[in-house]
Amino acid sequence: MAEHQLEVTVNGRAVTAMVEPRLTLADFLRERLRLTGTHLGCEHGVCGACTVLADGAAIRSCLVFAIQMRGSAVTTVEGLTPEGGGLSDVQEAFRAEHGLQCGFCTPGFVVSVTAWLADHPDPTAEAIREGLSGNLCRCTGYQGIVRAVAAAAAARARREAGHD
Amino acid sequence: MTEPAATEPARTGPARTGPARTGPARTGPGATAGRYVGARVQRLEDPRLLTGRGSYIDDHTVPGMLHAAFVRSPVARGGISSVDVSAARAMPGVAAVFTMEDFREICRPTFSTIIGRDAVTPPLRPLADGDVRFAGDPVAIVIAQSRYLAEDAAEAVDLDLEPMPPVLDIETGLATGILVHPETGSNVAAAISAPADDERVFGGAAHVVTETVAQHRYVAVPMEGRGLVASWEPGRGELTIWAATQAPHEMRSYCARMLGLPEHRVRVVMGDVGGGFGQKMFVTREEMAVVLASYRLGRPVRWIEDRAENLLAGGHARQEQATISMATDRDGRLLAARVRHLENVGAYSVPGTGSVGGGVAAFFPGPYRLPLLSFANQAVYTNTCGRCAYRGPWLFETVAREQMMDIVARAIGMDPLDLRRVNVITDDDLPYTSATGVRYERISPAKTLEQAAGLIGYDAFRREQAAARADGRYLGVGLSLYVEPIQTRGPLGSEGAILRIDPTGEITLIMGTASHGQSVETTMAQIVADVLGCEPASIAFIQGDTAIAPWGPGTGGSKSAVIAAGAAQLVAERMRDKLLRVAGHVLEVAADDLELSGGGVHVRGDPEARVSLGQLAEAAYLNPAALPADIEPGLLTTARSVAPPLVLANACHACTVEVDVHTGVVRILRYVVSEDCGPMINPMVVEGQIAGGVAQGIGGVLYEHMVYDGDGNPLTTTFMDYLLPTACEVPDVGYGHVVTPADTPGGYKGVGEGGAIGSPPAVINAVADALAPLGARITGTPLGPAQVLAAVAAAAPD
Repeated sequence: MAEHQLEVTVNGRAVTAMVEPRLTLADFLRERLRLTGTHLGCEHGVCGACTVLADGAAIRSCLVFAIQMRGSAVTTVEGLTPEGGGLSDVQEAFRAEHGLQCGFCTPGFVVSVTAWLADHPDPTAEAIREGLSGNLCRCTGYQGIVRAVAAAAAARARREAGHD
Repeated sequence: MTEPAATEPARTGPARTGPARTGPARTGPGATAGRYVGARVQRLEDPRLLTGRGSYIDDHTVPGMLHAAFVRSPVARGGISSVDVSAARAMPGVAAVFTMEDFREICRPTFSTIIGRDAVTPPLRPLADGDVRFAGDPVAIVIAQSRYLAEDAAEAVDLDLEPMPPVLDIETGLATGILVHPETGSNVAAAISAPADDERVFGGAAHVVTETVAQHRYVAVPMEGRGLVASWEPGRGELTIWAATQAPHEMRSYCARMLGLPEHRVRVVMGDVGGGFGQKMFVTREEMAVVLASYRLGRPVRWIEDRAENLLAGGHARQEQATISMATDRDGRLLAARVRHLENVGAYSVPGTGSVGGGVAAFFPGPYRLPLLSFANQAVYTNTCGRCAYRGPWLFETVAREQMMDIVARAIGMDPLDLRRVNVITDDDLPYTSATGVRYERISPAKTLEQAAGLIGYDAFRREQAAARADGRYLGVGLSLYVEPIQTRGPLGSEGAILRIDPTGEITLIMGTASHGQSVETTMAQIVADVLGCEPASIAFIQGDTAIAPWGPGTGGSKSAVIAAGAAQLVAERMRDKLLRVAGHVLEVAADDLELSGGGVHVRGDPEARVSLGQLAEAAYLNPAALPADIEPGLLTTARSVAPPLVLANACHACTVEVDVHTGVVRILRYVVSEDCGPMINPMVVEGQIAGGVAQGIGGVLYEHMVYDGDGNPLTTTFMDYLLPTACEVPDVGYGHVVTPADTPGGYKGVGEGGAIGSPPAVINAVADALAPLGARITGTPLGPAQVLAAVAAAAPD
């Protein structure tokens, strides 16, 4: 199958690659760039495990082709992790609140929640559940995940208040 | 939504008495106070999983690796006229296309260890052989340079089938002459037929209530499907399998038998595993085919199951029904029960027939004084996906019994809580031997019943419910009690551990467990850290590599805290004793005067007089000549822990719901669990396990339904059709902890499966309670809007 040139920024790095038109973004990230934190749980856009950011918006990387990302900036869970090590505030909250067990769905949740909190800095409990409803977890019953989002939002609000 | 406060663990029940079976109690020199055990220690697994640096099977690559895709049957039953693979073999990048013909010579008889060599099983074949027996039956395996190319070629396999009428349900399976497996001579896969003589009891009872309750087919759905990379290296004569498995040693045994290889020439390695819930406990047909393909090719072959395959053929569960009669006296005391239990085990069940009749029979009496049980069972093969283990595989005993308790209560005019109070086993009854011969000790059903009733605010809810009914709103409350046998029978009954301190002083714990979400890496480190006086994070944990780890039965069956914890405790105590002896030599002090703390050993009462683990390791390894003759150089201990004959956990679930009788939608208002898993190694982990099981029960009852049409075509093979609960459907779960120690080291019981066992009937009973004023009969699941509306309509035919 003919390949096409793709120029895309991934986690802040410019990437150029030749790709088949049918190569999904998820497979491009996982197999070509070895960014295996992006997981595939259904490959039909429901479970959310493959969620990445495209120009800041959360998208399902199983539902877009890599070539569609021409000129875009893609951020994966690896790109949300502090470079010097440690965890982001969202990741830290997931750990503190036991928001993960097997961890397979977790990167998708971390990416989704990171994007969602940017738009919903002061969410209600009900809004948090709505906000999470595009990602599936089979281990936790969502208890720790819901708490983690609330805790991360509250911590950000405290930090904001401290800066004011 | 109000969330009940989690209650502090109330230490109830007898204190632990006597020495633990697998080693000395935690007393004596160097004993620590339990700094980490019992605390909400953050998980050691989390940093890698949160940052996308976990290592799941789909992340694992091997040089020269090929990719597999399966050709599957599109029909439920039929003869294979021909399979033409020539076009597929000629496709770009295709290395091979194999059918059963290609495996016949190399695939030897094998078996799952837990059921043994002579157990009854469906025919054990990796691929269809002459005919297909369910829609999804793997017929051919295509091996290519990439999954994309393998799927392209799979499309080009020309499969010519002659469809035949299938057997899809239990009734047909029992009545028809059509055989799912002609080799077995009958569709009855397993049966129990020993009804006790109950006529006299039933004849004299004040009340006899009979109902048939059904449980529909729903499935495990780990977020990661099955998957493996198999690599046969002919030169070395070694087979390596990297797999998403719950039981690496079982996979090694199974595949060694299948290929006729010595077990030590087979190595199975698990990395991080994205959930299993029983589905990854036993080797399945596709996994056999991938291993055989690698063996044929002498190259690594990878197969990653996609979601459609997982829902189609990954193993199904739960489809059972029973007609139950319960006899009580005038006051609601149970006198006898008669259970006729039927199971649909599909075509290629694992392990063995997939029947759980024995477990359902043994635990049907549950937490109640039930003097007599007459139980009969038939498990029936059908042309559907085979039954596999799913969290609490035998849970129908609880699902059926707890529904019957409510049905009986309504029939005889008692409140379901009161009926349970009349019959529940109390401390005064213990030890108690059930009608099925199970000896109950160290359980607390009555305490959990009262704690759950208190947490849900049972009496206040009844008043709220009455007021709501006056407003035309239908609220209900459901209770569910169970006693869970931890799965430690037979080969599941022991766990091993190896503890190594290397010359640098660094600690490695190696176990035969296969944690895949259960946090075993953290909980075992907590135990060892307390014994050695070090930090959990200072312990490197290795599991799931059969070349390194001691043999283990895998992770599943709620048994890690029961057995693995004992092994961790014992291996650490042995290391502690060794460290004290080496320290006694280094510090020239009697070992009895020393204790461990802060990653080293110090003289009791003199924290300054201390040596670090590094110094001790140096003495133990690097200057062996200076050690006294009675101290063996090195720091390596091993242990094997054995489970007591029977460990029981118990809990009570309670939930309240509102049912919209116009839409059929059920909304859960509150959910609480009072559980007794003994002392908790890590309460955060315990509650997480419970919540996950509760969500699976809620999903199973209200949303998840694996559906076949009348021809045996599965209709729910995507997440658009098979509906998992999201964060919007699972309410906050409140917890109460009752702590009755078991006869295990540390007193721990199991908790992995209980949430899934207790939750379905709590939800079902709440819906039935809500609709009771309408006269609606709820007799099982699923309870989606369509079924709820049908029940309402049947009660009010106008």
